[in-house]
Amino acid sequence: MAGILVYALHDDEGNFNKNSLGAISEAAKLVGEIGGDAAALVVGDVSDEACAGLGKYGATKVYRAKSVPEGLAQPIVDAMEKVIKEQGFSYALFGGGLLGFEIGAGLTARLGAGVTMEVTSVKVQDGKLVAERPILQDSQVADVGYVGEPGIIIGRLNAFDAEETGGSAEVVDVDVELSEWSTKATMVKRGEQRGADVNIEDADILVGGGRGLGAAEHFKLCEELAEVMGGAVAATRAVVDAGWYPYAAQIGQTGKTVAPKLYLAAGISGAIQHKVGMQNSENILAINKDPNAPIFEFSDFGVVGDLHKILPKLTEAIKAKKGG
Amino acid sequence: MKICVLVKEVPDAAVQKRIDPSTMRLDRSGEKNLNPFDTHALEAAMQIKEGGAIPVDEIVAVTMGPESAVRALHKAVALGADRSVHLSDESLAGSDVCATGYALAKALEAEGPDLVLLGQQSDDGECYTIGAVVADHLKMPSLTQVINIEVADGKLRCERQAEYGYDTVEVELPAVISVGDAINEPRYPSLKAIMGAKKKPLDTKSAGDVGIEADRVGEAGSKTKVLALNPPPAKEAGEIIEDEDTNETVEKIVAWLDERKLI
Amino acid sequence: MPAVAPSEFPPPFDPAEVIGPPTDAPEDRIEVGVAIVGGGPAGLACANKLMQLLADEPELLEKLGEVPVAVIEKGKVPGAHLVSGANVDPSAMERLFPDLPPEEWPPVYQKVTKDATYFLTKSKAFPLKPPPPNFRKEGTYTLSVSKLGRFLAEKAEEAGVYILSETSATKLLVEDRIVKGVRSGDRGRGKEGEELANFEPGADVVAKATVLAEGTIGHLTYAAYDYFGMREGSDPQAWELGVKEIWEVPKPLDRVIHTLGWPLRWSPRYKESGGSFIYPMGEDKVCFGLVVGLDTTDATFSVHDALQLFKTHPFVKKIIEGGKRVGWGAKTIPSGGYWAMPKRFSVPGMLVAGDCAGMVNIAELAGVHYAMHAGMYAAEAIVETLKKDFESVNFENYDAKIRNSLIEKDLYRTRNMKQPLTRGLIFGGAMASAMVATKGAFPGGHWKVEDNAEIPVEIGSAGDKYPQPDNELTFNKLDSVFLSGNATRDDAPNHVRIQTRVPREVAQTWVSMCPAQVYEIPEDQLESGAPEVDVHVTASNCVQCGAITAKGGRLTLPEGGDGPLYQET
Repeated sequence: MAGILVYALHDDEGNFNKNSLGAISEAAKLVGEIGGDAAALVVGDVSDEACAGLGKYGATKVYRAKSVPEGLAQPIVDAMEKVIKEQGFSYALFGGGLLGFEIGAGLTARLGAGVTMEVTSVKVQDGKLVAERPILQDSQVADVGYVGEPGIIIGRLNAFDAEETGGSAEVVDVDVELSEWSTKATMVKRGEQRGADVNIEDADILVGGGRGLGAAEHFKLCEELAEVMGGAVAATRAVVDAGWYPYAAQIGQTGKTVAPKLYLAAGISGAIQHKVGMQNSENILAINKDPNAPIFEFSDFGVVGDLHKILPKLTEAIKAKKGG
Repeated sequence: MKICVLVKEVPDAAVQKRIDPSTMRLDRSGEKNLNPFDTHALEAAMQIKEGGAIPVDEIVAVTMGPESAVRALHKAVALGADRSVHLSDESLAGSDVCATGYALAKALEAEGPDLVLLGQQSDDGECYTIGAVVADHLKMPSLTQVINIEVADGKLRCERQAEYGYDTVEVELPAVISVGDAINEPRYPSLKAIMGAKKKPLDTKSAGDVGIEADRVGEAGSKTKVLALNPPPAKEAGEIIEDEDTNETVEKIVAWLDERKLI
Repeated sequence: MPAVAPSEFPPPFDPAEVIGPPTDAPEDRIEVGVAIVGGGPAGLACANKLMQLLADEPELLEKLGEVPVAVIEKGKVPGAHLVSGANVDPSAMERLFPDLPPEEWPPVYQKVTKDATYFLTKSKAFPLKPPPPNFRKEGTYTLSVSKLGRFLAEKAEEAGVYILSETSATKLLVEDRIVKGVRSGDRGRGKEGEELANFEPGADVVAKATVLAEGTIGHLTYAAYDYFGMREGSDPQAWELGVKEIWEVPKPLDRVIHTLGWPLRWSPRYKESGGSFIYPMGEDKVCFGLVVGLDTTDATFSVHDALQLFKTHPFVKKIIEGGKRVGWGAKTIPSGGYWAMPKRFSVPGMLVAGDCAGMVNIAELAGVHYAMHAGMYAAEAIVETLKKDFESVNFENYDAKIRNSLIEKDLYRTRNMKQPLTRGLIFGGAMASAMVATKGAFPGGHWKVEDNAEIPVEIGSAGDKYPQPDNELTFNKLDSVFLSGNATRDDAPNHVRIQTRVPREVAQTWVSMCPAQVYEIPEDQLESGAPEVDVHVTASNCVQCGAITAKGGRLTLPEGGDGPLYQET
């Protein structure tokens, strides 16, 4: 057995999900060390061009199951099972996202294989893959190895970066017989956008507001900044308690846990009840007028100053940069 | 219709969790509680029963765990389950996701449910997927992270948030559905229900009772192995500046954001 | 600014709110034999003893029905809300479980063989020789009262007791001046008290006998005292606040230590009476805490922060060097002693036991074993009474048992030991020693216990000395609350009753006093220097220590299950 098969998720227009592209890049890197092919599995009627295009990220072959519907996990389990067994892949790799979890888990049962999820990094040890995954609310990282083959690796959201290394993949069509139960779930509506929900968990950029804002109306400063940056607004428990912002935006020990690319903390002290909800953000920028605020101990960039002066100017500057 | 609700006993959220370095397993000696997500699953089961669209004959709470797991079952029964099943066997200790999913599926097979509900994740395992593993063994359709369930024409109409937005999916019974915490607000058990919980039937089953093959469970039967535990990557102390000239400060911030491709 | 007393701003609370007849229809009421409010040492000793006695009384056991004994506990589990030192006299455990040797008591860390008392100055520690006899703890056992709660509950459940955790008792059911039981609290109310979607009302629990073992807060107990006039002739109760930390340490501690002096100020002007304890917990942990009377006059005095300061003393640093903080807790202790106990311990249908009945010998740092003994006396009295006449509600035999017990004897002997200390350490120390030396004969008379809230407070300078938290040795209050496992719902109703617009001195007293940062003065008002300020309450931080009740407010009960989840305090 050799090689890694990556599931490549796409939307109804045939655009591939960036986490899937990241997983393909990761697979390409890894097969360089453990041998075999990095291949992708695509379901649905996706064009030859689009499939071949996955070669740019390092896939040498793309298996396409035209008749298998996209969007639900179980038919894809059937497809991946077939390809893995027939081609003898050693590992199945998924980029972060819901479907990857469901397909990977289904494959675990189907193949009697080991699975690790929320993987943040993959390394090679003695010619085998070892998955690193955080546990216990990110307080530790476990190195997980596999017994036998294949092994299933499900990445955490944004764990793998897509890298274009150039190339074109060979597209191979496969026929898949669906299991009886794979036909029992039908997609009625896919990918509906809902405006009213405050979804802060998926935002790449969050502007968090805390007591330092001073009053409920100052949340406007956060909203304006979030808007020009294409992000969402979050809040600490203290201000939600005070009625300045809705509970749905609350981050912390009681509230949501987030790990966006950027967390801009405005007027937030960084007490542990809030910290545990956002400490894994990739980049933390803090603005607070108290130089002793705990947030400065774990922020990547700290500004000691008055947010009422800084935020509006920052908003203007970013707007100008984006527009100009 | 028979609904089985998979529940799990997990360390209480307030207890500092730690791994026992000698066994590489979670130290479960502190306070334990019913996994909070499972209370949403129980509530979903109760709402389906009370909704009346499909007559529900019984709601059975099922758990796999050591002796102490009966407390989770008592809680589940206080929240509305009619009886409970405790799969308990030394051979199951140390089972990973693959082994656990298989064992639970065997226990459920013995019950023959029309619907299996469970919470989408547990506070300790953080795997988010056991429902999908169980469903494949049971040969049933499955969905995870469901935040709305409607019963119509003997089928379930489920909503869940996937990569591109909200999906609405119709699922035929029998099925396995994992629910997210946004699906409902679990009820509090009444004092009467709490006091009556111990009197409801509780069946204890061993691995052999439900036909579990010993070599597919436990540490020996698991297909993943924790090789090492490391502290999380240390965060380097960041830069701190003082705002003396706001224009200058803002320039520095923008440069920093730009460098990291955040704008 | 002239000093002002918090008692001039009484909280919006009327004890009559929590007393009333059953309101559920008779068929909906939950019937139990004996209802015990409080899953602490008193309540659980009572529950265990009852089942032991009933094992020999099959007729009575049957009459008590399906649920002969029920313990109502507001914490997540019994033990979740228990905090103490503690070096416990073994007599109560030996009486309750004569076949269980102390080495096998799960909550015990070690038998105390060595103890020492020190007087601290800012930089030195002077051993007191001979050590003050009231601090001698040889022959007692160091244990965690939080673990004791879990252990006693386990034994009780094995014996057939129903432990109803996550359940608060919010009303004492009284009809025709007879106590009929208690009503459990509602769950699922929002911030304004509105019923949320998952609202579940409480239930009337009716019983042949109700034992109130609520601990230091005594929510229903103190209302009952008023209603039944059980405290006519008693001094007001007073409290001390204890804040405790548990540390993993590389070097084991070989002795039980008590300290007096620094960081508490000796002058009678400040009324900072109390001291610290440092106890080993087996080979790899120690616990220590500061216990101070709540009659302090400096509005900026904070026991939590004084404890942080305490840790910077070289004597203490040496003990915890290289260690890590792993636990934290805070709770008040009734300190009024003999004169502050109620004059009656029972009324028709009801008995009171433990801290809520003031059965604490603060001078000798003992309370746990008295609570357990009282619980056992209550059990004996109930069985005796109901056996003779199942319809009787007269438990005066309990009063007689308490009066003839070591609880009465020990508290009488130390009846005037604590009060002199509020007149300053030097005077108080001398008086206390005299009391011990004369076994209570001198000074005689009745030294009145002062109501903590009636003592005027003023803004002082205690707060200036507290260290900035460094998150290794010293910590801030929010971090401490986090460590207590406090997971109270954010949108829960506010259970703290205070007047929210008060003089600055009163507000500052509450802000500093509270170990959990429940009270805050809005920043702009802090800076403005206004004489009257608003007090903002973050009830979800509350660890239910009870200090606010001592100092002019009133702690009522949050929903069952809320509050800390202490593990080893």
